[in-house]
Amino acid sequence: MNSAVLVANEIRKSYGHGSSRFDALKGVSLRILEGESIAIVGKSGSGKSTLMHLLALLDDPDGGQILVEGSDAKTLSAREINRLRNQDFGFVFQQFFLTPNATVLDNVVLPLKIAGVGPKERNARGMAALEQLELADKAKSKAINLSGGQKQRVVIARALVNNPKVIFADEPTGNLDTATGAVVEDILFALNKEKGITLIIVTHDIELAARCDRRFFIRDGVEETTTNVEGVTS
Amino acid sequence: MRFIDVIGTAIGNSFRSKLRTTLTVIAIFIGAFTLTITSAIGTGVSNYITTQVSAIGASDVLTVTKATTTASAGSGPAKYDPNKATTTAGVDSGARPGSTIAALTQKDIDVIGASKGITSVDASIRISPDYIEYGSNGKYELSISTNGALTKADLAAGAQLSSSSAENQLLVPTTYLKNLGLGTAKEAVGKSVTIGLTDYAGAKHEVTAVIVGVQNETLFGSGVGINKHLTEALSSAQSTGKPVDAKPGYASAVAHFDPASSPQQITAIKKALTDNGYAAATVADQIGSFEAVINGIIGVLNAFAVIALIAAGFGIINTLLMSVQERTREIGLMKAMGMSGGKVYALFSTEAVFIGFLGSAIGAIVAIGVGSIISSVLATTLLSGLPGLRIMQFAPSSIAVIIGVVMLIAFLAGTLPARRAARQNPIDALRYE
Repeated sequence: MNSAVLVANEIRKSYGHGSSRFDALKGVSLRILEGESIAIVGKSGSGKSTLMHLLALLDDPDGGQILVEGSDAKTLSAREINRLRNQDFGFVFQQFFLTPNATVLDNVVLPLKIAGVGPKERNARGMAALEQLELADKAKSKAINLSGGQKQRVVIARALVNNPKVIFADEPTGNLDTATGAVVEDILFALNKEKGITLIIVTHDIELAARCDRRFFIRDGVEETTTNVEGVTS
Repeated sequence: MRFIDVIGTAIGNSFRSKLRTTLTVIAIFIGAFTLTITSAIGTGVSNYITTQVSAIGASDVLTVTKATTTASAGSGPAKYDPNKATTTAGVDSGARPGSTIAALTQKDIDVIGASKGITSVDASIRISPDYIEYGSNGKYELSISTNGALTKADLAAGAQLSSSSAENQLLVPTTYLKNLGLGTAKEAVGKSVTIGLTDYAGAKHEVTAVIVGVQNETLFGSGVGINKHLTEALSSAQSTGKPVDAKPGYASAVAHFDPASSPQQITAIKKALTDNGYAAATVADQIGSFEAVINGIIGVLNAFAVIALIAAGFGIINTLLMSVQERTREIGLMKAMGMSGGKVYALFSTEAVFIGFLGSAIGAIVAIGVGSIISSVLATTLLSGLPGLRIMQFAPSSIAVIIGVVMLIAFLAGTLPARRAARQNPIDALRYE
């Protein structure tokens, strides 16, 4: 059996204080194995994005424990967490988060720039990632001039450029039409199969969730174990 | 992120909103431009004064006058003292014309000579010649520089006056050449001129003297310098027929001290004279007051420039705060991708420093260009009476200091927005549920 890359033990997270207090997660446990693809499925406000943020170490849980490759995230220094997010994690967002007036290549090499990689190697690796996504001819175009599908492929290239172990994809097809959405999905699952990159997809799209190895349903901050697929879409 | 990438990214970011950056740069430009110009004027004027002082060069000389016991307003005139010599104040003596100023008697001269630290003392003899004439080119009025004998002139041609020479020597300013028909400065050297004066009895005397040098016009009088021998010759001619019992009075005396004296020793010498009731000032003291006034004016101008820069600093704060606001998501993304808060801080403060650099460098360059043109135009027009004065001089060190100070102000202005950016939470940028 594969080892667990990320483990969440009874994690809780709430926002606000007093009467405006909102419990986003009320004790969620989850094991994510190396090389698997998992969908975190839930409606708006279910806590699925909070769960992803905690797993990606973008935020600290109020209670419970997160283990990264067996070590407690709390014991890691801010520097180690930054390194982990920079080199082991890749992020794909629904809104792309591309710098509109920078070139496609500049957008793709941003994680390498943050890591302190030299310009020559940076551009070579950026071009390699773009070639993989068949966008090499767009390298010098400005990000703002791309179509939605192209943008999302640039975002995937950016997530890939550091050869991450885990890719977090938050509604990766949310802003795309069905046809381009399917292309993006194919790319993500191909990476999962061919490169063994662990894929964590946060979505409310049941069809996308169905393509994953495993689904984790969440509702009102707790895992939903008895719900069937129809229960989520209703 | 590498340091060079931080700089590159910051510069790139500052050009993203061109209009906003341009406006902020203009604000800094104005401050830096003013500061560069004022500091150049300061350098120009003080360099000019320094060369003037070194031209005068008499660092071992004190001008001694009788300290005036000014009656305080309202107490009426002081009681008449028959033993006190007075001279009638001329227009150039600094006192009100027609008023009497306390003069130095021979007894005072002896007291000054005996004062601690003074090696020798000479009374300044006031010579009032009538005219100067070269050949038959006509008679011209002549004013004699009182400190001609003890100063080193800024020569256009020829040599300095000699105090030991047994020859009547004089040093004419460049402005005398044309009227007297002396030709060029070089040609004038060695020519003999005639000085005419009237004695006590009203008889006319003429004394001939040789021009040994031609001096550039200076801040400190444009008179003719004469050597000791000529002074004595003119003085004796002037005193012909003077009543024997007339009390000789001198407006001032020139006292020499050891040139190797330290500033503390000079202060002690001056204090000893002050205690005896005399006012003593070195050439540097007299010129120092000039410089103090000019420095005061420049200080005020600099203060205005600094106020402009502080206002520009708020412009930087505003620009960067808007920039942080606009780039919230981008900052969040970079932080999510493992960029540390320190690097985000560095990114924004570098941007601030770069804007500061841009404004101050452009301001300094334009100031140098404009200032040099104005300075050379003024040197040939308005300020042509002061040869050697370049009103604006741009010292590389002071320009470097100005750019440095502006960059520092920009950095300080950038701290607030940069801190805000560094503290931003990546989740806030990424949350959209």
